[in-house]
Amino acid sequence: MGSTEKIKIESLTYAYPFSDKNALENISFSIMPGECVGIIGRNGAGKSTLCLALTGLVPKFFKGRYSGKVLLDGEDVRQISYEKLVTKIGLVLQNPFSQITGARITVYEEVAFGLENLGIPRDEIKQRVEAVLKALDLWEKRDENPFELSGGQLQKLAIASVLVLQPEVLVLDEPTSQLDSGGTKEVFEIISQMKSQGITIVLVEHKYEMLVEYVDKIIFLQEGKMIAFDEAEKIFSLPEIDEYMVGEPIYTKLCKKLNLKNSRGYYPVKFSEAVGILREARCGSDR
Amino acid sequence: MDLIVKVENLWFSYKSGKFVLKNINVSFDGVSTAIVGQNGAAKTTFVKILKGLLKPTMGDVWINGVNTKETTVAQLAKVVGLVFQDPSEQIFKSKVIDEVMFGPLNIFRDKQYSYQMAIEALKLVGLDGKVNEHPYDLTLSERKLLCIASVLAMDPKVVIFDEPTIAQDRYHIKKIGELVLELEKNGKTVIAITHDMDFVFDYFKRTLVLHRGNLLVDGKTDEILQREDVLKAAGLDTPYIFKISSSVGTVISKLFPI
Repeated sequence: MGSTEKIKIESLTYAYPFSDKNALENISFSIMPGECVGIIGRNGAGKSTLCLALTGLVPKFFKGRYSGKVLLDGEDVRQISYEKLVTKIGLVLQNPFSQITGARITVYEEVAFGLENLGIPRDEIKQRVEAVLKALDLWEKRDENPFELSGGQLQKLAIASVLVLQPEVLVLDEPTSQLDSGGTKEVFEIISQMKSQGITIVLVEHKYEMLVEYVDKIIFLQEGKMIAFDEAEKIFSLPEIDEYMVGEPIYTKLCKKLNLKNSRGYYPVKFSEAVGILREARCGSDR
Repeated sequence: MDLIVKVENLWFSYKSGKFVLKNINVSFDGVSTAIVGQNGAAKTTFVKILKGLLKPTMGDVWINGVNTKETTVAQLAKVVGLVFQDPSEQIFKSKVIDEVMFGPLNIFRDKQYSYQMAIEALKLVGLDGKVNEHPYDLTLSERKLLCIASVLAMDPKVVIFDEPTIAQDRYHIKKIGELVLELEKNGKTVIAITHDMDFVFDYFKRTLVLHRGNLLVDGKTDEILQREDVLKAAGLDTPYIFKISSSVGTVISKLFPI
């Protein structure tokens, strides 16, 4: 049985310790290698919990009531050791302050920390840290204290400390929520680079206008349940989407009000497509 | 309307001696105002000065006719309320109602009055059904609303929001925006620092652009957010609605007020 899914979740239900409420309820989906998948939903929908479950922290670190399975390359995350898990799947937390160890005083040492823990030979550590810092444009900052970096740089450092482990899957939980538009663009450029290298990416993000430009598919969560797992234009064209009050890209909202759809019969979610359709509609109305 | 906040020739430096705010002259009345600028523009420093937590290195700040150099943070707290960016830095009680009553009690309002104010504030933000819950049993967005209620319970004339939309979902961004409109209607002076340009466009009549400690422009939101030169100089994005307008070649905001 050659299962080719990178990630496969089967009927996952989970509740945190001392909680009666399911944080995740009967979630099933598959992600193929190299796919970039977004997770959307309101605060409290279970997005961060799903990230923890993908990376095995639920239930290995966060105990509680757990049923179903999360498979990475066909193997149950509960059976995979931490040492192996961190090289398979990396998690970038929402707040870089939660991610930076603070145990090291320079940017360079912070990025090397994970590799040191894995007992990687010193020469290889040097090579890998240098390569990652250069790729993320942090090489100039290598001798600085992490806590003297700007918010954008700190977020990039958090990403670097995960990327250096060369995970096959990268999970990012709202990586741009603290950042201004410049920092947001930088983070999305990195995501796009990782995608082109074939890394499988799972990304929680409220900035839909950016998200839809990068993802192949979107997982839509509401109160722990998966409402849909589909392409962005199909998700934002769901007839019942307004009832969930999850919002949509601003130009999708505009096209909805004007009832303008694309040739596939969906409301456009990408900027360039929306502009094209709006232009056409405008020319039509001028005539 | 009276100028409730007046800033005159304000210069500010931390210990390093480098000025992070340079000759700021501005005043605030009942019109809701957004202060925009990228990370590091000195937005938070400016807000801390308005709240009296920092004093001007040079120049003066007047709140309700009182110079912040000649009063205490406790006195100012009756007039100026600040909603923190991160709710977990603001919340410390174990019950919603206690959290909201803490502010008024702390400025020596009596218990019954504090309770009434707390309930009213919780009603306004829609948390009156959760008075006995533990703040950390609330969702992130509800904790944000709880922080807003805690400030409103002190009945300040000036309400300052530090990055109110960060980490909030779209539904709650709208909810916070509607609260801004409601507060403005009730005669509060609302000031928000943010880099969420679409939020500014939707809910604030006036916008100030801060860049590296300088006040670049101050004016009507509709006009300022269309000035791509100013926004670009300050490292800010044009709101999506204007990007669409200029790409499509029509004024979408008139055609379609969101």
